[in-house]
Amino acid sequence: MSEFAGSQYLIEVIYLIASALFILSLKWMSSPATARHGIWAGELGMVLAIAGTLLHHGMDYRWIAVGLVLGSGIGIPLGMVHMTAVPQRTALSHAFGALCVTLVGTAEFYLGTQSSSKFGMSVLSMEVILGGLTFTGSLMAAGKLQEILPQRPITYKGQNLVNFLLFGVAVASAVYLVLHPEQKLFFPLIVGVSLIFGILLIIPIGGADMPTVISLLNGYAGLSAAAMGFVLKNKLLIIAGALDGSSGLILSVIMSKAMNRSFTNVLFGAFGQVQASAASGAEAKPVHSATPEEAAAILTAANKVVIVPGYGMAVAQAQHKVRELYDILSKKGVEVRFAIHPVAGRMPGHMNVLLAEADIPYDRLIEMDEINGDFPQTDVALVIGANDVTNPAARSDHSSPIFGMPILDVDKAHTVMVIKRSMSPGFAGIDNPLYYLDNTLMLFGDAKQFVGAIVRELSGGH
Amino acid sequence: MGSNLIDLLFIFMLACFIGFEVIRHVSPLLHTPLMSLTNALDAIAVVGAIVLVGEHKSNFATALGVIAIVAATSNVVGGFFITDRMLKMFKSSRPTKP
Repeated sequence: MSEFAGSQYLIEVIYLIASALFILSLKWMSSPATARHGIWAGELGMVLAIAGTLLHHGMDYRWIAVGLVLGSGIGIPLGMVHMTAVPQRTALSHAFGALCVTLVGTAEFYLGTQSSSKFGMSVLSMEVILGGLTFTGSLMAAGKLQEILPQRPITYKGQNLVNFLLFGVAVASAVYLVLHPEQKLFFPLIVGVSLIFGILLIIPIGGADMPTVISLLNGYAGLSAAAMGFVLKNKLLIIAGALDGSSGLILSVIMSKAMNRSFTNVLFGAFGQVQASAASGAEAKPVHSATPEEAAAILTAANKVVIVPGYGMAVAQAQHKVRELYDILSKKGVEVRFAIHPVAGRMPGHMNVLLAEADIPYDRLIEMDEINGDFPQTDVALVIGANDVTNPAARSDHSSPIFGMPILDVDKAHTVMVIKRSMSPGFAGIDNPLYYLDNTLMLFGDAKQFVGAIVRELSGGH
Repeated sequence: MGSNLIDLLFIFMLACFIGFEVIRHVSPLLHTPLMSLTNALDAIAVVGAIVLVGEHKSNFATALGVIAIVAATSNVVGGFFITDRMLKMFKSSRPTKP
């Protein structure tokens, strides 16, 4: 390395600048006004880092070029997906990132670059364990989100034990490998076990827990990149990996808090308890329902309206109709705001992106903590495709599986209208007492069609 | 190489703290683009793959490396692209620039 001291120094300087750019990039994401600068900084940092790496002497560029071109070819279509597909695309990109790390780790192992260092071998093992489980775990998550795989939790007895054992095998093999680096067969064992562990870790997790899981996988992908940085002694990798790892972990903590469940509960608790309690909810209590005409009349007469979007709105692709509703009500002088629960949707911030896509100004999107106090002064709370996040049982019913979860206090509004396809229970499989209250009107139908009908009423009737 | 390891650990620790501080202040409004951005940044792992392929120490390593480059580059290109698309959509009802 000393023969190339000159260019090596230049590369290090380039990496230094790139690291600073990455940190700035994340810092500028703190508000929508500066966020786009964040992208430029990140892109510039990435280009510098890649260019700097290409400066290494004695490199054969042909295959690199092939890889870069193929990668761009795959990346561009993936970057053009609909906003509703963003959760699964994000999960898929976690898988790709983890794949890259695992493959590099595997190649490094078979090249024997780390066989002389216990530390090197240890971080290499951590890199491929994290990378392997994040790869398959993220593929599973993407499959569930795309609904190719069943969304409901797949559980079986002794599941947690099996998972712990698998993880234990991976770690034990890694320790053995560090102590006896000549036992090469242990490496594929570690990788294989990690891959299986990733699958089994994610299958018991259901759709509504996805925001937490995706954030966690984001964190793991970052940590595996940091581990790779330790193996290759590359500071830029360590810094970028640490930034991404902490980002993912913080988001997962925020998500778990928003569901009032601990991490471990989300990963290992699998809503197993719910299967038992949901079996009882078959009493058909009466609900008040309303037609689009009636709903339109109530909305026109209101001064303050709060719309609560949920995953159902995303599925029905109703966000553009919702925007029309927002426009027409605003023109009539009604104040319309949106209450965003942190775990609404399938990933953190999902609802915000969907509504932004529909051109709804972001200052109308209010976080739960800010808007919850306003519900008693709200004339109409319109719930579109959200269920568990509005369920008052979370406040009062100790036996409910969602007890303690912070919710949107829609039941405190003067009138509540809920657009839902039918009375079937939401993801948690439990009944929602909100629907039976006297001031609640159920609007049965597909979100897009019902909102569309309301808009027609509001625009045609005058 | 002992001192080198400690240097790396210092850097890792500092980066983690910086990460926590910076991310804490990201508005929940932007959590989704934040995730796609950090994903694109994660693809910095491509740097390791490029060195692997460029040095061409073995066919196996090069093959794995090329696949790794493809996967990581897809994230870089797609990730920045989609984050940018998302951020373009966030408009305020109040004009922010005169």
